[in-house]
Amino acid sequence: MSERLDVKKTYKLVVNGAFPRSESGRSYQVVAADGKFLANVAQASRKDLREAVVAARAAQIKWWNATAYNRGQVLYRWAEMAESRREELVEHVQLAEGLKKKDAQLSVARAIDRIVWYSGWTDKVTQVLGGANPVAGPFFNFSLPVPSGVIGVVAPQQSSLEGFVEAVAAPICVGNAVVALASELRPTPAIVLAEMTATSDFPGGVLNVLTGFTGELVAPLATHEDIDGVDLTGSGELSDELARLAAGSIKRVYRARANDDENSLRQLRTFVETSTVWHTIGQ
Amino acid sequence: MSIAPLRPVDARDRGILVPAVVSIPTIHNEDELRRYLSALSGVDAVGVESRVAKLSTRSLKKSTKLTAIDLAISMVDLTTLEGADTQGRVTSLCTKAMRPDPSDLAVPAVAAVCVYPDLVAHARRVLGDSPVAVASVATAFPSGRASLSVKLLDVAEAVQAGADEIDMVIDRGAFLAGRWGQVFDEIVAVKAACGSAHLKVILETGELVTYDNVKRASWIAMLGGADFIKTSTGKVGVNATLPFALVMLEAARDFAEQTGQLVGVKVAGGIRTTKDALKYLVVVNETAGATWLTAEFFRFGASSLLNDLLMQRLKQRTGAYVRPDEFSGD
Repeated sequence: MSERLDVKKTYKLVVNGAFPRSESGRSYQVVAADGKFLANVAQASRKDLREAVVAARAAQIKWWNATAYNRGQVLYRWAEMAESRREELVEHVQLAEGLKKKDAQLSVARAIDRIVWYSGWTDKVTQVLGGANPVAGPFFNFSLPVPSGVIGVVAPQQSSLEGFVEAVAAPICVGNAVVALASELRPTPAIVLAEMTATSDFPGGVLNVLTGFTGELVAPLATHEDIDGVDLTGSGELSDELARLAAGSIKRVYRARANDDENSLRQLRTFVETSTVWHTIGQ
Repeated sequence: MSIAPLRPVDARDRGILVPAVVSIPTIHNEDELRRYLSALSGVDAVGVESRVAKLSTRSLKKSTKLTAIDLAISMVDLTTLEGADTQGRVTSLCTKAMRPDPSDLAVPAVAAVCVYPDLVAHARRVLGDSPVAVASVATAFPSGRASLSVKLLDVAEAVQAGADEIDMVIDRGAFLAGRWGQVFDEIVAVKAACGSAHLKVILETGELVTYDNVKRASWIAMLGGADFIKTSTGKVGVNATLPFALVMLEAARDFAEQTGQLVGVKVAGGIRTTKDALKYLVVVNETAGATWLTAEFFRFGASSLLNDLLMQRLKQRTGAYVRPDEFSGD
């Protein structure tokens, strides 16, 4: 019997629940931390970004119409999927970040735990960020957190999996849809994790992941008028200029800080709006 | 059978090469029509599709794209043909037709609004003396399943109410059964009922199925006095497609070269994006020629296309992708 040929994987985009190549037909080479060839990865164009935003906008309505309890279950299932393919994720993180196996295992475990953490938050955000307001009249007055809509995420460049999870899980958990740019030089762990959303009961388009050159895609992301908020954590020294561009369409802007408390609600709070509702007190 | 009336636009005035002695075919009976249509060459289906595929890969850049978008806007027949249409809806449609983007006066008005006959008078009132024409579907649109007298009354009432353009449907049943003379006679009769109003003849290419049928139907319509030939009603599964449009544009070009008369082409149904619209413009230019690149001879029947054109126009000017709800819905 002849020797078996390798089945090589081409890493594609994750858009609208499907795995397309870039419409531009471009791809780029990604190398492992040791400098050896790792994979060919799709190089997304501005048009891919535009398509992803259209998909996210449509998906966000379905995602927010699901009950908070159901959103929590779906996120938890994502964690289950990741857990069952943990070894694969460890290998990817190890190659991408050049970690020792033990450190990579710890990093993947923390990333999965963070998904579980956010799956718990879906039906608790309202109690913490919302409330019943005192009013002088026979009315109830409630403040409720509602999602901003479509969030553009520039995922951290160094932390390929943990950083990615931290950036996308929070906005998704409160009912937003996300268009994320994975780390330019270390995109494979994020793509593998995003592929698992296809088997987790997410409506297609809730999490869209683009790989490509960050410098080429961040400006269209920051200026796109149909994106309601941006996480610029992974955009490095461009982040101030991008924040200014984002102001042109009044976006919410979030940037993680080095000394952030992992229990902080700043990120969740950034990507919700407060909706205030009056209701008569019944008999 | 009657003799087809003459159309006003002379191809020679628009730079089309026409033989010194033009032969305007006069059709006196069904046998003559059948002989005339039998003499037409068949359509090379594979050739049409490969040509369309090739032309679809052309991309327009920068200033060309901006010009093309403005041109496409000026060619739109802004359409609402729903059972749920109201005067209010037609009012907002007409307002949008006159000034598609209120924040930018440089955006041209669309060519026409297209409504059902009972809403023509209202559209006419709202549009006043603006350059936007009122088009009305008639002849028992979209099926065309009514007697000729009912169809003619439908047309007469729409014209009476102030329609500048009439979009009629051909009797596809008669065409497919081979009763071409009946189809021809109906078009001639409707043309007469139109008076000074322009006549657009809807072939409903999705129901004619083959390219050869579309080519024959195009010729029947043009011989019968159509000012425009139109692909579809937008009410059946298959609407306008690039290959059907190419076949019709070739027919219009050949007709102009043989008779010296210019007939327009309107594509309708399913054209929603700027990308699609620009592909059609490329096909028009490469098939019939630049003479047809004007609202006088090429139209898009569409509703949601206009918003996408406006969005792309703004994107080209500002560089930022635009929010879809920047522009009004209907």
